[in-house]
Amino acid sequence: MEFAFTEEQLLIRDSAERFLAQASDSHAVRAGMSRAADYDPELWRQIGQELYWPALLVPEAYGGMGLGFVELAVLLEQCGRFLLGSPLFTTTCLATPALLLADNPALQARWLPAIASGQLHATLACPLEAAQLQAEVRPDGDGYRLDGCHTQVVDGAQADLLLIAARRPGSAGEHGISVFAVPTDTPGMVRTTLHTLDQTRRLARIELQQVPVSEAQRVSAIDQAWPLLQATQRIAAIGLAAEQLGGAQQALDLTLAYTAERHQFGRSVASFQAIKHRCADMMLHIECTRSAVWYAACVAREYLAEDGDPMVRGELLAAAATAKAHASETFFHCAAESIQLHGGVGFTWEYDPHLYFKRARASEQLLGNPAWHRECLATELLGACA
Amino acid sequence: MKIGFSKSDEAFRQEVAGWLAAHLQGEFAQLRFRGGPGDEHSFPAERKAWERELASGGWVGVGWRAEDGGRGLSISQQVIFHEEYARAGGPGRMGHIGEGLVGPTLAAFGTPEQRQRLLPGILQGQAFWCQGYSEPGAGSDLANVQTRARLDASGERWLISGQKIWTSLAHEADWCFVLARTEPGSVGHQGLSFLLVPMDQANIRVQPIQQLTGTSEFNEVFFDQAETAANNLVGQPGEGWKIAMALLGFERGVSTLGQQMQFHNELEEVLRIARANGAARDPLLRQRLARAWSGLKVLRYNSLRMLSGPQDGSLAREAMIYKLAWSNWHVELGKLAMDVLGDAAEVLDSAPYGLSRLQSLFLFTRADTIYGGSNEIQRNVIAERALGMPREVKGR
Repeated sequence: MEFAFTEEQLLIRDSAERFLAQASDSHAVRAGMSRAADYDPELWRQIGQELYWPALLVPEAYGGMGLGFVELAVLLEQCGRFLLGSPLFTTTCLATPALLLADNPALQARWLPAIASGQLHATLACPLEAAQLQAEVRPDGDGYRLDGCHTQVVDGAQADLLLIAARRPGSAGEHGISVFAVPTDTPGMVRTTLHTLDQTRRLARIELQQVPVSEAQRVSAIDQAWPLLQATQRIAAIGLAAEQLGGAQQALDLTLAYTAERHQFGRSVASFQAIKHRCADMMLHIECTRSAVWYAACVAREYLAEDGDPMVRGELLAAAATAKAHASETFFHCAAESIQLHGGVGFTWEYDPHLYFKRARASEQLLGNPAWHRECLATELLGACA
Repeated sequence: MKIGFSKSDEAFRQEVAGWLAAHLQGEFAQLRFRGGPGDEHSFPAERKAWERELASGGWVGVGWRAEDGGRGLSISQQVIFHEEYARAGGPGRMGHIGEGLVGPTLAAFGTPEQRQRLLPGILQGQAFWCQGYSEPGAGSDLANVQTRARLDASGERWLISGQKIWTSLAHEADWCFVLARTEPGSVGHQGLSFLLVPMDQANIRVQPIQQLTGTSEFNEVFFDQAETAANNLVGQPGEGWKIAMALLGFERGVSTLGQQMQFHNELEEVLRIARANGAARDPLLRQRLARAWSGLKVLRYNSLRMLSGPQDGSLAREAMIYKLAWSNWHVELGKLAMDVLGDAAEVLDSAPYGLSRLQSLFLFTRADTIYGGSNEIQRNVIAERALGMPREVKGR
């Protein structure tokens, strides 16, 4: 057991920080927000084809770098810190883990090299709970057809490949669920970008009308995909928590810089104990979140690695719930505090705290809010509620 | 960064569990799950005997360096030791101040002679220690220590006069480490020294403080020309503040694992009651129970970070927030325990004021956010030392 970063992990962090401080500064983030339909394609090209970030989790056999989830989390923390708007999160945290956990080698060989090349943007269309899944899959000739709707799919309108969950008509709960890898130029899909409170991340509504898919496109055994989908979303929640950690740290850092420079009553605002104690509490929450995120990233690493420790794999639910609940509350708290401690300018469009505040709110909801994750934990600890 | 235990770690776990099962028997069986926070006044003599039993098995100083007589266990093995100790219901440690604070401090600042003379007593479970920091006029403002010490004419003895307060286990201790002013006329953290003082002398009087729990873990200690040999000064005269602060850094080391295992047992009891009395079906209590469970995990991960970092008493970010994190968590657990118990929380075990373990937890945890640097002082320290914010203006 060793709970500190390696030299290599620190190098990844530092180089990501250097790149993003320029490529995703406030000006760039705001330029990206005004692009309603997509993300900055040049930035994605640099990330995918010069920095190889999407290749990080992909095994070397598929042309990737074969690194683990801890390295990815180190990267995502910096992405969150600089509010990076990019296909990176959905491609690496949703699509890649789902494909790594797939039991269809031909499908893995088809798509993982494309992700590693940095030229494929992929995401997952699946609700958080099995009971919410409405899209349906029916046999049709040699293959299947998908019908129905996914109401909020992150990057759904921008992605080149969708992993789409659907259930057999008449099935219920966790049974009868399948997932297919569907290129977005397949006929029968209507994808609508939604206007979102957080303008740094894209959501889409996806309507499916007799979308044809073949047996070869199945990611998991037909009717038995829920465990894969659930594990994928837990792993993605850990990745999102790493992003949230970075966002929370930046909200604190912006606040420290502003309160040091702003003077009232003949002294810096930072010298007042009322301000100091609130900043200290922000750091308390951030460091607790940091510990939770690092640990959860280690668990995700073991879950995805072929040689993963089975004891540690068993901690995925608890680790994801702990990291995501802490990160969500911490990021929202710190972002809200940063508006308050900036005073009047914190309420302006010009200053950045509102960007973090909106991202914090959206991230809190995405992949399970704190109450949802705690109820998952409570069910493990105490049994079902009813 | 890597978590999980190896095969040899798991073999070590068997060894620890086996030893504890074999030795928490007979006279020691009654000590299971006793003597933790809020229960430190229970079974003092028996728990001292248990320390000697532990020592005979080589289980004192498991994280100390081999050159200091410790076992130098890896982080994984230290984690395992504390996990198994808690699982077996090992009693609250009487020796934790010596093992967790004095040992590392002497390892860092003591002379070879001091280490040779004083560490074996700790390792053998023979010598028990208490901490002489706070005074009536030096609580949050610890640097305002007024207890004085001067070398006598022979230069062979320090003579100490003054009053310390909130000294836990003073009435059970053989030694006290005392922060005293050795430079007459000095103020603040200048001119302080770190002295080791034997408690068994007529010039030291220990007076228990009755707490809001009705019990007395804490004491006042009066020094009236109390004596200690010149070779019981740690470091140089005037270095007391530096050493005292480094010692607080060691408080955030491996001893946190033992503390968390006590917390774990307390939380398990609350969960057990919730399952039995129906509180586990209340959606709001479920949220709080899950929050407590994950909060304790986070304390553990914090400790793993601290143990993987520098072990020289310096405070990294995770160490600076540690006191605030655990005290907030523990005080909330105390309240949660009462809310899970509901009506039953109001009725005592016995007259005149016999508290159950959870009632005691509820009341005692109000001390957690005060002692060892109150939450407000912790926030000042974090703001100033970790975040670089301006220092508080001092009144005169």
